Amino acid sequence: MLKPNSTSGTFLIALILCLVCSVVVSSVAVGLRGRQQENKRQKLRRNVLIAAGLWDADAGNKQIDEKFEQVETVLVNLPPREEGGIGDGEVEGLLNTTIDVGTYDARKASTQPVSSVEIPPELDLAGIKRRERVAPVYVVRDEAGNFSKLVLPVNGKGLWSTLYGFIALDADLVTIRGITFYDHAETPGLGGEITNPVWQQQWDGKIAFDEDGRPWIDVVKGSVVPGNPAADRQIDGLSGATITSVGVENLVNYWLGPDAFGPFLDAVRTGELDLTSAAAQPNASAEEE
Amino acid sequence: MAQKKPLKVLTEPLFDDNPIARQILGICSALAVTTKLDASVVMALSVIFVTGSSGLIIGALREYIPNKIRIIFYMTVISSLVIVVDQVLQAFLPDIADQLSVFVGLIITNCIVMGRAEAFAQKSPPLLSFLDGIGNGLGYGLILVFVGFFRELLGSGQLWGHEVLWSSTWYERNLFMLAPPSALILIGLFIWLLRTFKPEQIEKE
Repeated sequence: MLKPNSTSGTFLIALILCLVCSVVVSSVAVGLRGRQQENKRQKLRRNVLIAAGLWDADAGNKQIDEKFEQVETVLVNLPPREEGGIGDGEVEGLLNTTIDVGTYDARKASTQPVSSVEIPPELDLAGIKRRERVAPVYVVRDEAGNFSKLVLPVNGKGLWSTLYGFIALDADLVTIRGITFYDHAETPGLGGEITNPVWQQQWDGKIAFDEDGRPWIDVVKGSVVPGNPAADRQIDGLSGATITSVGVENLVNYWLGPDAFGPFLDAVRTGELDLTSAAAQPNASAEEE
Repeated sequence: MAQKKPLKVLTEPLFDDNPIARQILGICSALAVTTKLDASVVMALSVIFVTGSSGLIIGALREYIPNKIRIIFYMTVISSLVIVVDQVLQAFLPDIADQLSVFVGLIITNCIVMGRAEAFAQKSPPLLSFLDGIGNGLGYGLILVFVGFFRELLGSGQLWGHEVLWSSTWYERNLFMLAPPSALILIGLFIWLLRTFKPEQIEKE
Protein backbone atom coordinates (compact mmCIF):
# COMPACT_ATOMS: atom_id res chain seq x y z
CA MET A 1 0.00 0.00 0.00
CA LEU A 2 1.10 3.53 -0.83
CA LYS A 3 2.63 5.43 2.06
CA PRO A 4 1.97 9.12 1.34
CA ASN A 5 4.44 10.44 3.87
CA SER A 6 7.43 8.39 2.74
CA THR A 7 9.85 10.14 0.38
CA SER A 8 8.98 7.96 -2.60
CA GLY A 9 5.27 8.28 -1.86
CA THR A 10 5.57 12.08 -1.77
CA PHE A 11 7.28 12.12 -5.15
CA LEU A 12 4.81 9.69 -6.68
CA ILE A 13 1.77 11.62 -5.47
CA ALA A 14 3.25 14.95 -6.60
CA LEU A 15 3.83 13.42 -10.04
CA ILE A 16 0.30 12.05 -10.34
CA LEU A 17 -1.16 15.36 -9.18
CA CYS A 18 0.83 17.31 -11.77
CA LEU A 19 -0.14 14.95 -14.58
CA VAL A 20 -3.85 14.99 -13.75
CA CYS A 21 -4.01 18.77 -13.31
CA SER A 22 -2.08 19.52 -16.50
CA VAL A 23 -4.34 17.22 -18.53
CA VAL A 24 -7.46 18.88 -17.11
CA VAL A 25 -6.19 22.42 -17.63
CA SER A 26 -4.87 21.91 -21.13
CA SER A 27 -7.93 20.03 -22.37
CA VAL A 28 -10.21 22.83 -21.14
CA ALA A 29 -7.97 25.47 -22.73
CA VAL A 30 -7.78 23.65 -26.07
CA GLY A 31 -11.45 22.70 -26.06
CA LEU A 32 -12.65 26.25 -25.53
CA ARG A 33 -10.09 28.08 -27.67
CA GLY A 34 -12.25 28.18 -30.79
CA ARG A 35 -15.11 29.75 -28.92
CA GLN A 36 -12.86 32.30 -27.24
CA GLN A 37 -11.31 33.37 -30.54
CA GLU A 38 -14.74 33.69 -32.09
CA ASN A 39 -15.77 35.89 -29.13
CA LYS A 40 -12.78 38.15 -29.71
CA ARG A 41 -13.50 38.43 -33.43
CA GLN A 42 -17.17 39.23 -32.79
CA LYS A 43 -16.19 41.82 -30.21
CA LEU A 44 -13.96 43.62 -32.72
CA ARG A 45 -16.61 43.53 -35.42
CA ARG A 46 -19.30 44.64 -32.98
CA ASN A 47 -17.20 47.66 -32.03
CA VAL A 48 -16.58 48.59 -35.65
CA LEU A 49 -20.37 48.70 -36.05
CA ILE A 50 -20.78 50.70 -32.83
CA ALA A 51 -18.27 53.30 -34.02
CA ALA A 52 -20.01 53.48 -37.40
CA GLY A 53 -23.38 53.98 -35.70
CA LEU A 54 -24.81 50.83 -37.27
CA TRP A 55 -25.16 48.88 -34.06
CA ASP A 56 -28.63 48.24 -32.68
CA ALA A 57 -28.24 47.54 -28.95
CA ASP A 58 -31.42 45.45 -28.80
CA ALA A 59 -30.64 43.13 -31.69
CA GLY A 60 -27.66 41.33 -30.15
CA ASN A 61 -24.74 39.62 -31.85
CA LYS A 62 -26.88 38.08 -34.60
CA GLN A 63 -26.81 41.30 -36.60
CA ILE A 64 -23.01 41.33 -36.91
CA ASP A 65 -22.64 39.08 -39.94
CA GLU A 66 -25.59 40.65 -41.71
CA LYS A 67 -24.41 44.23 -41.17
CA PHE A 68 -20.83 43.40 -42.05
CA GLU A 69 -22.05 42.86 -45.62
CA GLN A 70 -21.93 46.65 -45.81
CA VAL A 71 -18.41 46.82 -44.43
CA GLU A 72 -15.26 46.08 -46.33
CA THR A 73 -11.94 45.60 -44.58
CA VAL A 74 -8.81 46.81 -46.35
CA LEU A 75 -5.24 46.85 -45.11
CA VAL A 76 -3.35 50.13 -45.21
CA ASN A 77 0.43 50.53 -45.23
CA LEU A 78 1.19 53.07 -42.53
CA PRO A 79 4.15 55.42 -43.15
CA PRO A 80 7.41 53.47 -42.99
CA ARG A 81 10.12 54.71 -40.71
CA GLU A 82 13.29 55.95 -42.34
CA GLU A 83 16.03 56.78 -39.89
CA GLY A 84 13.56 58.00 -37.32
CA GLY A 85 11.69 60.45 -39.54
CA ILE A 86 8.33 60.29 -41.25
CA GLY A 87 8.42 58.23 -44.43
CA ASP A 88 7.02 59.44 -47.73
CA GLY A 89 4.21 56.91 -47.63
CA GLU A 90 4.76 55.66 -51.16
CA VAL A 91 6.44 52.36 -50.46
CA GLU A 92 4.40 49.63 -52.20
CA GLY A 93 1.42 51.96 -52.43
CA LEU A 94 -1.00 52.73 -49.65
CA LEU A 95 -3.10 49.59 -49.77
CA ASN A 96 -1.51 46.34 -48.77
CA THR A 97 -2.69 43.39 -50.82
CA THR A 98 -0.04 40.86 -49.85
CA ILE A 99 -1.36 40.10 -46.36
CA ASP A 100 -4.54 38.07 -45.87
CA VAL A 101 -7.06 40.45 -44.35
CA GLY A 102 -9.07 37.64 -42.77
CA THR A 103 -6.31 36.41 -40.50
CA TYR A 104 -4.27 39.58 -39.94
CA ASP A 105 -4.03 40.53 -36.27
CA ALA A 106 -2.88 44.15 -36.00
CA ARG A 107 -2.56 44.04 -32.25
CA LYS A 108 -0.23 41.08 -32.38
CA ALA A 109 1.67 42.68 -35.26
CA SER A 110 2.27 45.84 -33.22
CA THR A 111 4.28 43.88 -30.67
CA GLN A 112 6.58 42.03 -33.05
CA PRO A 113 9.78 43.59 -34.41
CA VAL A 114 9.23 42.45 -38.02
CA SER A 115 5.72 43.78 -38.38
CA SER A 116 6.04 46.97 -36.30
CA VAL A 117 8.14 50.12 -36.13
CA GLU A 118 9.34 52.18 -33.22
CA ILE A 119 7.73 55.59 -32.81
CA PRO A 120 10.25 58.34 -32.00
CA PRO A 121 9.36 60.02 -28.69
CA GLU A 122 8.67 63.41 -30.31
CA LEU A 123 5.99 61.85 -32.54
CA ASP A 124 4.64 59.46 -29.95
CA LEU A 125 1.58 61.41 -28.83
CA ALA A 126 -0.32 58.24 -27.97
CA GLY A 127 2.45 56.93 -25.73
CA ILE A 128 2.53 53.48 -27.32
CA LYS A 129 6.26 53.33 -28.30
CA ARG A 130 5.66 50.91 -31.21
CA ARG A 131 2.97 50.58 -33.80
CA GLU A 132 2.15 48.08 -36.53
CA ARG A 133 3.36 48.67 -40.12
CA VAL A 134 0.03 47.64 -41.59
CA ALA A 135 -3.36 48.54 -40.11
CA PRO A 136 -6.88 47.46 -41.09
CA VAL A 137 -9.45 50.10 -41.98
CA TYR A 138 -13.15 49.43 -42.41
CA VAL A 139 -14.91 51.01 -45.38
CA VAL A 140 -18.61 51.33 -44.62
CA ARG A 141 -21.11 51.66 -47.48
CA ASP A 142 -24.77 52.62 -47.37
CA GLU A 143 -27.55 50.45 -48.84
CA ALA A 144 -26.93 51.86 -52.32
CA GLY A 145 -23.29 50.81 -52.11
CA ASN A 146 -21.89 54.33 -51.79
CA PHE A 147 -18.95 55.05 -49.53
CA SER A 148 -20.45 56.52 -46.34
CA LYS A 149 -18.01 56.13 -43.46
CA LEU A 150 -14.50 55.05 -42.66
CA VAL A 151 -13.71 53.27 -39.39
CA LEU A 152 -10.12 53.39 -38.16
CA PRO A 153 -8.59 51.41 -35.28
CA VAL A 154 -6.90 53.57 -32.64
CA ASN A 155 -5.02 52.90 -29.44
CA GLY A 156 -3.03 54.80 -26.86
CA LYS A 157 -2.15 55.13 -23.21
CA GLY A 158 -4.71 56.16 -20.63
CA LEU A 159 -3.95 56.23 -16.93
CA TRP A 160 -3.50 52.55 -16.11
CA SER A 161 -3.70 50.85 -19.45
CA THR A 162 -3.60 51.05 -23.21
CA LEU A 163 -7.00 51.98 -24.63
CA TYR A 164 -8.08 50.14 -27.78
CA GLY A 165 -10.93 51.49 -29.86
CA PHE A 166 -12.29 52.63 -33.19
CA ILE A 167 -13.08 56.05 -34.58
CA ALA A 168 -15.48 56.59 -37.46
CA LEU A 169 -15.10 59.43 -39.98
CA ASP A 170 -17.74 60.71 -42.36
CA ALA A 171 -17.25 60.33 -46.12
CA ASP A 172 -15.77 63.89 -46.10
CA LEU A 173 -12.96 62.44 -43.91
CA VAL A 174 -13.08 65.51 -41.69
CA THR A 175 -16.17 65.03 -39.56
CA ILE A 176 -16.14 62.45 -36.78
CA ARG A 177 -19.14 60.12 -36.77
CA GLY A 178 -18.44 58.03 -33.70
CA ILE A 179 -15.89 56.60 -31.31
CA THR A 180 -15.79 53.50 -29.17
CA PHE A 181 -13.37 51.67 -26.90
CA TYR A 182 -13.43 47.91 -26.54
CA ASP A 183 -10.43 47.13 -24.38
CA HIS A 184 -8.98 49.08 -21.48
CA ALA A 185 -8.34 48.73 -17.77
CA GLU A 186 -9.21 52.23 -16.58
CA THR A 187 -11.03 52.76 -13.26
CA PRO A 188 -14.68 51.75 -13.67
CA GLY A 189 -16.90 54.79 -13.34
CA LEU A 190 -14.06 57.27 -13.85
CA GLY A 191 -11.73 56.62 -16.82
CA GLY A 192 -13.88 53.59 -17.63
CA GLU A 193 -16.61 56.02 -18.70
CA ILE A 194 -14.93 56.20 -22.13
CA THR A 195 -17.20 53.26 -22.90
CA ASN A 196 -20.32 55.20 -21.84
CA PRO A 197 -22.54 55.70 -24.91
CA VAL A 198 -23.73 59.09 -23.61
CA TRP A 199 -20.16 60.41 -23.59
CA GLN A 200 -19.38 58.78 -26.94
CA GLN A 201 -22.41 60.40 -28.58
CA GLN A 202 -20.99 63.92 -28.36
CA TRP A 203 -18.17 62.95 -30.76
CA ASP A 204 -20.69 62.69 -33.59
CA GLY A 205 -20.34 65.79 -35.77
CA LYS A 206 -17.08 67.10 -34.32
CA ILE A 207 -14.44 68.37 -36.74
CA ALA A 208 -11.23 66.39 -36.45
CA PHE A 209 -8.88 68.61 -38.50
CA ASP A 210 -7.92 72.30 -38.56
CA GLU A 211 -7.73 74.43 -41.73
CA ASP A 212 -4.26 73.13 -42.54
CA GLY A 213 -5.38 69.51 -42.35
CA ARG A 214 -3.69 68.75 -39.06
CA PRO A 215 -5.67 66.62 -36.61
CA TRP A 216 -6.92 68.81 -33.78
CA ILE A 217 -9.31 67.36 -31.26
CA ASP A 218 -9.42 68.89 -27.81
CA VAL A 219 -10.84 66.98 -24.85
CA VAL A 220 -11.35 69.84 -22.39
CA LYS A 221 -11.44 69.76 -18.62
CA GLY A 222 -15.07 70.03 -17.55
CA SER A 223 -17.71 70.87 -20.12
CA VAL A 224 -17.40 72.52 -23.52
CA VAL A 225 -18.59 76.15 -23.41
CA PRO A 226 -21.36 76.28 -26.02
CA GLY A 227 -20.83 78.83 -28.78
CA ASN A 228 -17.10 79.32 -28.30
CA PRO A 229 -15.17 79.36 -31.58
CA ALA A 230 -13.53 75.97 -30.99
CA ALA A 231 -16.67 74.21 -29.73
CA ASP A 232 -16.94 72.03 -32.83
CA ARG A 233 -13.60 70.37 -32.05
CA GLN A 234 -13.97 70.18 -28.28
CA ILE A 235 -15.20 67.23 -26.21
CA ASP A 236 -16.29 67.27 -22.56
CA GLY A 237 -13.61 65.76 -20.35
CA LEU A 238 -14.53 62.92 -18.02
CA SER A 239 -14.82 64.09 -14.43
CA GLY A 240 -12.25 62.49 -12.17
CA ALA A 241 -10.37 61.11 -15.17
CA THR A 242 -8.16 63.89 -16.52
CA ILE A 243 -5.31 61.61 -17.57
CA THR A 244 -7.62 59.22 -19.42
CA SER A 245 -9.30 62.19 -21.15
CA VAL A 246 -5.96 63.62 -22.27
CA GLY A 247 -4.97 60.12 -23.40
CA VAL A 248 -8.04 59.91 -25.63
CA GLU A 249 -7.31 63.35 -27.12
CA ASN A 250 -3.70 62.38 -27.83
CA LEU A 251 -4.44 59.01 -29.36
CA VAL A 252 -7.04 60.46 -31.74
CA ASN A 253 -4.64 63.20 -32.79
CA TYR A 254 -1.84 60.66 -33.25
CA TRP A 255 -3.76 58.12 -35.32
CA LEU A 256 -5.32 60.74 -37.60
CA GLY A 257 -1.93 62.42 -37.96
CA PRO A 258 1.03 62.21 -40.36
CA ASP A 259 2.74 59.27 -38.66
CA ALA A 260 -0.33 57.04 -38.88
CA PHE A 261 -3.44 57.32 -41.08
CA GLY A 262 -2.69 60.89 -42.28
CA PRO A 263 -1.15 60.01 -45.68
CA PHE A 264 -3.89 57.47 -46.39
CA LEU A 265 -6.64 59.98 -45.53
CA ASP A 266 -4.94 62.64 -47.71
CA ALA A 267 -4.81 60.24 -50.63
CA VAL A 268 -8.52 59.46 -50.31
CA ARG A 269 -9.40 63.16 -49.98
CA THR A 270 -7.47 64.18 -53.10
CA GLY A 271 -9.01 61.31 -55.04
CA GLU A 272 -5.65 59.61 -55.57
CA LEU A 273 -7.14 56.62 -53.82
CA ASP A 274 -10.74 55.87 -54.74
CA LEU A 275 -12.93 54.31 -52.06
CA THR A 276 -16.20 55.39 -53.67
CA SER A 277 -16.36 52.45 -56.04
CA ALA A 278 -15.82 48.97 -54.77
CA ALA A 279 -13.97 48.04 -57.96
CA ALA A 280 -10.91 49.94 -56.79
CA GLN A 281 -10.53 47.55 -53.92
CA PRO A 282 -8.46 44.39 -53.97
CA ASN A 283 -10.88 42.43 -51.78
CA ALA A 284 -14.05 43.81 -53.27
CA SER A 285 -15.71 40.75 -54.74
CA ALA A 286 -18.40 40.52 -52.04
CA GLU A 287 -19.56 44.10 -52.56
CA GLU A 288 -19.58 44.01 -56.33
CA GLU A 289 -22.58 41.74 -56.89
CA MET B 1 -12.36 16.96 15.66
CA ALA B 2 -16.03 16.63 16.47
CA GLN B 3 -18.18 16.25 13.39
CA LYS B 4 -20.63 19.04 12.75
CA LYS B 5 -24.07 18.53 11.26
CA PRO B 6 -24.07 18.96 7.45
CA LEU B 7 -26.75 21.67 7.47
CA LYS B 8 -24.85 23.64 10.06
CA VAL B 9 -21.64 23.34 8.04
CA LEU B 10 -23.49 24.81 5.06
CA THR B 11 -25.32 27.67 6.78
CA GLU B 12 -22.93 28.71 9.50
CA PRO B 13 -20.60 30.66 7.16
CA LEU B 14 -23.53 32.79 5.98
CA PHE B 15 -24.06 34.87 9.11
CA ASP B 16 -22.59 33.21 12.17
CA ASP B 17 -19.12 32.68 10.80
CA ASN B 18 -19.03 34.71 7.59
CA PRO B 19 -15.59 34.53 5.98
CA ILE B 20 -15.46 38.23 5.18
CA ALA B 21 -17.43 39.75 8.05
CA ARG B 22 -16.19 37.51 10.85
CA GLN B 23 -12.99 35.88 9.67
CA ILE B 24 -11.99 38.98 7.62
CA LEU B 25 -10.68 36.85 4.74
CA GLY B 26 -10.89 37.64 1.03
CA ILE B 27 -11.36 41.40 1.37
CA CYS B 28 -9.13 42.21 -1.61
CA SER B 29 -11.39 40.90 -4.35
CA ALA B 30 -14.46 42.15 -2.51
CA LEU B 31 -13.12 45.68 -3.09
CA ALA B 32 -12.11 45.17 -6.68
CA VAL B 33 -14.97 43.46 -8.48
CA THR B 34 -18.04 44.91 -6.81
CA THR B 35 -18.70 48.05 -8.87
CA LYS B 36 -21.40 46.23 -10.84
CA LEU B 37 -23.95 43.75 -9.59
CA ASP B 38 -23.66 41.30 -12.51
CA ALA B 39 -19.88 41.05 -12.13
CA SER B 40 -20.30 40.53 -8.37
CA VAL B 41 -22.74 37.67 -8.93
CA VAL B 42 -20.50 35.94 -11.49
CA MET B 43 -17.50 36.37 -9.21
CA ALA B 44 -19.49 34.94 -6.29
CA LEU B 45 -20.57 31.91 -8.35
CA SER B 46 -16.97 31.33 -9.47
CA VAL B 47 -15.72 31.37 -5.89
CA ILE B 48 -18.55 29.06 -4.76
CA PHE B 49 -17.57 26.60 -7.49
CA VAL B 50 -13.90 26.73 -6.54
CA THR B 51 -14.39 26.44 -2.76
CA GLY B 52 -16.98 23.67 -3.19
CA SER B 53 -14.98 21.53 -5.60
CA SER B 54 -11.66 22.06 -3.88
CA GLY B 55 -13.33 20.97 -0.61
CA LEU B 56 -14.68 17.88 -2.34
CA ILE B 57 -11.36 16.93 -3.94
CA ILE B 58 -9.17 17.64 -0.94
CA GLY B 59 -11.66 15.98 1.41
CA ALA B 60 -11.69 12.87 -0.76
CA LEU B 61 -7.89 12.68 -1.06
CA ARG B 62 -7.09 13.76 2.50
CA GLU B 63 -5.64 10.35 3.43
CA TYR B 64 -3.26 10.45 0.45
CA ILE B 65 -1.95 14.00 0.63
CA PRO B 66 1.68 13.91 1.84
CA ASN B 67 1.92 16.16 4.85
CA LYS B 68 5.11 17.88 3.72
CA ILE B 69 3.73 19.12 0.44
CA ARG B 70 0.12 19.62 1.43
CA ILE B 71 0.03 23.40 0.88
CA ILE B 72 1.52 23.03 -2.62
CA PHE B 73 -0.95 20.21 -3.22
CA TYR B 74 -3.93 22.43 -2.35
CA MET B 75 -2.48 25.23 -4.42
CA THR B 76 -2.20 23.01 -7.49
CA VAL B 77 -5.76 21.72 -7.17
CA ILE B 78 -7.14 25.23 -6.57
CA SER B 79 -5.14 26.79 -9.43
CA SER B 80 -6.36 24.15 -11.87
CA LEU B 81 -9.98 24.77 -10.85
CA VAL B 82 -9.53 28.53 -11.19
CA ILE B 83 -8.00 28.21 -14.67
CA VAL B 84 -10.97 26.08 -15.70
CA VAL B 85 -13.38 28.75 -14.40
CA ASP B 86 -11.44 31.52 -16.16
CA GLN B 87 -11.43 29.67 -19.49
CA VAL B 88 -15.15 28.88 -19.25
CA LEU B 89 -16.00 32.51 -18.48
CA GLN B 90 -13.93 33.74 -21.42
CA ALA B 91 -15.70 31.31 -23.70
CA PHE B 92 -19.28 31.79 -22.55
CA LEU B 93 -19.50 35.16 -20.77
CA PRO B 94 -16.85 37.23 -22.58
CA ASP B 95 -18.23 40.62 -21.51
CA ILE B 96 -18.25 39.81 -17.81
CA ALA B 97 -14.89 38.02 -18.11
CA ASP B 98 -13.50 41.32 -19.44
CA GLN B 99 -14.81 43.19 -16.43
CA LEU B 100 -13.45 40.67 -13.94
CA SER B 101 -10.13 40.51 -15.84
CA VAL B 102 -7.35 39.39 -13.51
CA PHE B 103 -9.57 38.93 -10.50
CA VAL B 104 -10.78 35.51 -11.61
CA GLY B 105 -7.16 34.37 -11.68
CA LEU B 106 -6.67 35.92 -8.28
CA ILE B 107 -9.24 33.56 -6.75
CA ILE B 108 -6.19 31.30 -6.42
CA THR B 109 -4.79 33.62 -3.79
CA ASN B 110 -8.15 34.21 -2.14
CA CYS B 111 -7.49 33.37 1.48
CA ILE B 112 -10.93 31.79 1.91
CA VAL B 113 -10.20 28.93 -0.49
CA MET B 114 -6.82 28.08 0.96
CA GLY B 115 -8.02 28.69 4.51
CA ARG B 116 -10.92 26.24 4.21
CA ALA B 117 -8.72 23.58 2.60
CA GLU B 118 -6.22 23.76 5.45
CA ALA B 119 -8.67 24.31 8.31
CA PHE B 120 -11.50 22.01 7.30
CA ALA B 121 -11.19 19.86 4.17
CA GLN B 122 -7.97 18.09 5.15
CA LYS B 123 -9.66 16.71 8.29
CA SER B 124 -13.20 16.10 7.03
CA PRO B 125 -14.95 13.67 4.68
CA PRO B 126 -15.53 14.87 1.09
CA LEU B 127 -19.25 15.62 1.26
CA LEU B 128 -18.95 17.62 4.43
CA SER B 129 -15.96 19.50 3.00
CA PHE B 130 -17.96 20.15 -0.15
CA LEU B 131 -20.79 21.67 1.91
CA ASP B 132 -18.30 23.70 3.92
CA GLY B 133 -16.81 25.02 0.69
CA ILE B 134 -20.22 25.90 -0.73
CA GLY B 135 -21.22 27.52 2.56
CA ASN B 136 -18.11 29.67 2.73
CA GLY B 137 -18.46 30.55 -0.95
CA LEU B 138 -22.04 31.60 -0.26
CA GLY B 139 -20.96 33.65 2.74
CA TYR B 140 -18.42 35.41 0.55
CA GLY B 141 -20.93 35.79 -2.27
CA LEU B 142 -23.51 37.27 0.08
CA ILE B 143 -21.20 40.16 0.93
CA LEU B 144 -20.16 40.60 -2.70
CA VAL B 145 -23.75 40.87 -3.83
CA PHE B 146 -24.61 43.21 -0.93
CA VAL B 147 -21.69 45.49 -1.75
CA GLY B 148 -22.21 45.21 -5.53
CA PHE B 149 -25.90 46.09 -5.16
CA PHE B 150 -25.26 49.32 -3.29
CA ARG B 151 -22.20 50.35 -5.30
CA GLU B 152 -23.94 49.96 -8.64
CA LEU B 153 -27.16 51.55 -7.34
CA LEU B 154 -25.52 54.59 -5.75
CA GLY B 155 -22.44 54.85 -7.96
CA SER B 156 -24.00 54.40 -11.39
CA GLY B 157 -27.70 54.81 -10.59
CA GLN B 158 -28.23 51.42 -12.23
CA LEU B 159 -29.00 47.83 -11.30
CA TRP B 160 -27.89 44.94 -13.48
CA GLY B 161 -27.11 47.53 -16.15
CA HIS B 162 -30.63 49.04 -16.15
CA GLU B 163 -31.35 52.60 -15.16
CA VAL B 164 -32.97 53.09 -11.78
CA LEU B 165 -32.95 56.13 -9.51
CA TRP B 166 -33.48 58.12 -12.73
CA SER B 167 -29.78 58.70 -12.96
CA SER B 168 -30.19 60.79 -16.11
CA THR B 169 -32.55 63.26 -14.45
CA TRP B 170 -32.36 64.09 -10.76
CA TYR B 171 -29.97 61.57 -9.28
CA GLU B 172 -26.38 62.77 -9.10
CA ARG B 173 -24.14 59.69 -9.29
CA ASN B 174 -21.89 59.28 -6.28
CA LEU B 175 -18.52 58.59 -7.88
CA PHE B 176 -17.02 57.66 -4.53
CA MET B 177 -19.11 54.50 -4.58
CA LEU B 178 -17.17 53.39 -7.68
CA ALA B 179 -13.82 53.77 -5.95
CA PRO B 180 -12.54 50.74 -4.00
CA PRO B 181 -12.60 52.37 -0.52
CA SER B 182 -16.40 52.58 -0.64
CA ALA B 183 -16.51 48.78 -0.44
CA LEU B 184 -14.64 48.90 2.87
CA ILE B 185 -17.28 51.26 4.25
CA LEU B 186 -20.10 49.02 3.02
CA ILE B 187 -18.44 45.93 4.49
CA GLY B 188 -18.04 47.85 7.74
CA LEU B 189 -21.74 48.70 7.71
CA PHE B 190 -22.56 45.05 7.02
CA ILE B 191 -20.48 43.94 9.99
CA TRP B 192 -22.16 46.57 12.18
CA LEU B 193 -25.59 45.36 11.07
CA LEU B 194 -24.59 41.75 11.65
CA ARG B 195 -23.32 42.45 15.15
CA THR B 196 -26.42 44.41 16.04
CA PHE B 197 -28.48 41.30 15.40
CA LYS B 198 -25.89 38.86 16.70
CA PRO B 199 -24.26 40.57 19.70
CA GLU B 200 -22.36 37.38 20.56
CA GLN B 201 -19.97 38.21 17.66
CA ILE B 202 -18.68 41.30 19.43
CA GLU B 203 -15.18 40.66 20.79
CA LYS B 204 -14.76 41.01 24.53
CA GLU B 205 -12.79 44.03 25.64
